[in-house]
Amino acid sequence: MSVSVSEARAVGGSLDVDRLRADFPILQRPMNGRRLAFLDSAASAQKPQCVIDAERACYEEYYANIHRGVYQLSQRSTQAYEGVRRTVQRFINGADEREVVFVRGATEAINLVAQSFVRPRLQAGDEILITGMEHHANIVPWQMIAEATGARLVVAPVLDDGRLDMDGLRERISTRTRFISVVHVSNTLGTINPVEDIIELAHQQDIPVLVDGAQSAPHMPVDVQAMGADFYVFSAHKTYGPSGAGVLWGRLEHLEAMPPYQGGGDMIRTVSFEETTYAPPPQRFEAGTPNIAGVIAMGVGLEYIEAADREAIVAHEQSLLGYANERLAEIDGLRVIGTAPHKAGVVSFVLDGAHPHDMGTILDMEGVAVRAGHHCTQPLMKRFGVAATVRASFGLYNDREDVDALVDGLKRVREFFG
Amino acid sequence: MSDLRELYQEVILDHNKQPRNFHGIDPHDHEADGYNPLCGDQIHLELRLDDEGRIEDIGFQGQGCAISTASASIMTETLKGHTVEEAKALFDRFHHLVTDDHAEPDPSLGKLGVLAGVRDYPMRVKCATLAWHTLQAALDEKGEITTE
Ligand SMILES: Cc1ncc(COP(=O)(O)O)c(C=O)c1O
Repeated sequence: MSVSVSEARAVGGSLDVDRLRADFPILQRPMNGRRLAFLDSAASAQKPQCVIDAERACYEEYYANIHRGVYQLSQRSTQAYEGVRRTVQRFINGADEREVVFVRGATEAINLVAQSFVRPRLQAGDEILITGMEHHANIVPWQMIAEATGARLVVAPVLDDGRLDMDGLRERISTRTRFISVVHVSNTLGTINPVEDIIELAHQQDIPVLVDGAQSAPHMPVDVQAMGADFYVFSAHKTYGPSGAGVLWGRLEHLEAMPPYQGGGDMIRTVSFEETTYAPPPQRFEAGTPNIAGVIAMGVGLEYIEAADREAIVAHEQSLLGYANERLAEIDGLRVIGTAPHKAGVVSFVLDGAHPHDMGTILDMEGVAVRAGHHCTQPLMKRFGVAATVRASFGLYNDREDVDALVDGLKRVREFFG
Repeated sequence: MSDLRELYQEVILDHNKQPRNFHGIDPHDHEADGYNPLCGDQIHLELRLDDEGRIEDIGFQGQGCAISTASASIMTETLKGHTVEEAKALFDRFHHLVTDDHAEPDPSLGKLGVLAGVRDYPMRVKCATLAWHTLQAALDEKGEITTE
């Protein structure tokens, strides 16, 4: 491929954030006359130039449909697309590149596992265990198959500080538990869950586990083998790649045992009107023409993260989180929701007398982009007795100036809602 | 974009802090629930019509941002004594005011005019109209509405 990843690298174990910021064209554009403080990477991350270039280069230089033509363009596209499986395998330390299925994102990956892996194993009275801090994408697909089969959705509770209640989880694993699906890092609370411990517990009873890595893949080293996961899913748009692409990683033996999710072209071996035989994984799960350029650009986004050095990203985002907690304490009446000791760079909060929506508008006018709402975790909002929160979340390009802009903006909120 | 002071006028901040008619109406003959899924705002509206079809009493409960709370508060204040037809006509004019960039000031809207600044914030128009959509649902006996 003709695209190279930026020179941005960790210098002496710490990120050169100014250098990284320069890779993101959107961060160079002012917002309402100010420097943009983009604090919503948990919803979707901004894109570095190399990702944008990769998508453009695909279309400008070698685009054609994959797995079909014998002509050179198709071969190049196919190679670039298929090459991303190795990138993903390395990125999450999978055992085999055939374990990497390209999907539209975390949501589609979870639905795929629910329909193709879990649903056929369910009988009335069986249980699927999730946690109280799941994104709607890791609740609704399970509800759908539970409803269709007469199975039950069981929910492990969340403690007051936003930690998962591990005793509560243990108690809820029963002889009827057929599957566990758990978020690695909560998009609302920032809590990092002890997924290794959960998987160990589950495997003692031969219960497979899906880890929703939408918020862990962009922010920390991930090793699916060390973790022991059966399935791990994430979305490219949060790993500095394009939207509409993502990954389902599953152990090969599981994928091989699974029926297809959708039928169509590219997922078959032979088709006649009497009988169709399916291609092996991962093609079995990739019916139809996929997001070719998107997948290729996703690979470049992952390489960008690797080049920046994930340990350095963790250290940087942890330091920002500490700084944010310190500075937010200056604001009277501000309450952080989610104060687990083991947290990623996500800070949700409410402020006495000011609704999150109003805060969001005022902060926006000050050039600060945050999310205000329920963050697709309505049950969790209910658990903490709030209708909505403001959420600031960090990416590798954020710095202390962004946190200062947030705090200044909140002081402005106080002028209106004292 | 315009100045924040134009959006968050004193009248709005005041109605947010001390919403008028923030209670149920007992007895009432119309009610509805309004919900904005985007931000979680919720409103429950109750009202009673008199023999001539005028809004005799109206109140709301629920939780929402300053714009939706102030809008509901000012709406209930404005509507007392108006007929159903007048209320619907007011909604049309109010909707025009908060959605049309070129809307002229409309003196007949009275205090509702303070919400005109919302039109510079398209994401917030639904906050300003939630109470009104809920009113319409109550009058049409629809029971509940969402702003999607
Ligand atoms: C924890 C978590 N899971 C799942 C998802 C769904 O991801 P997508 O919308 O990219 O499919 C998100 C995205 O917000 C998320 O934060």
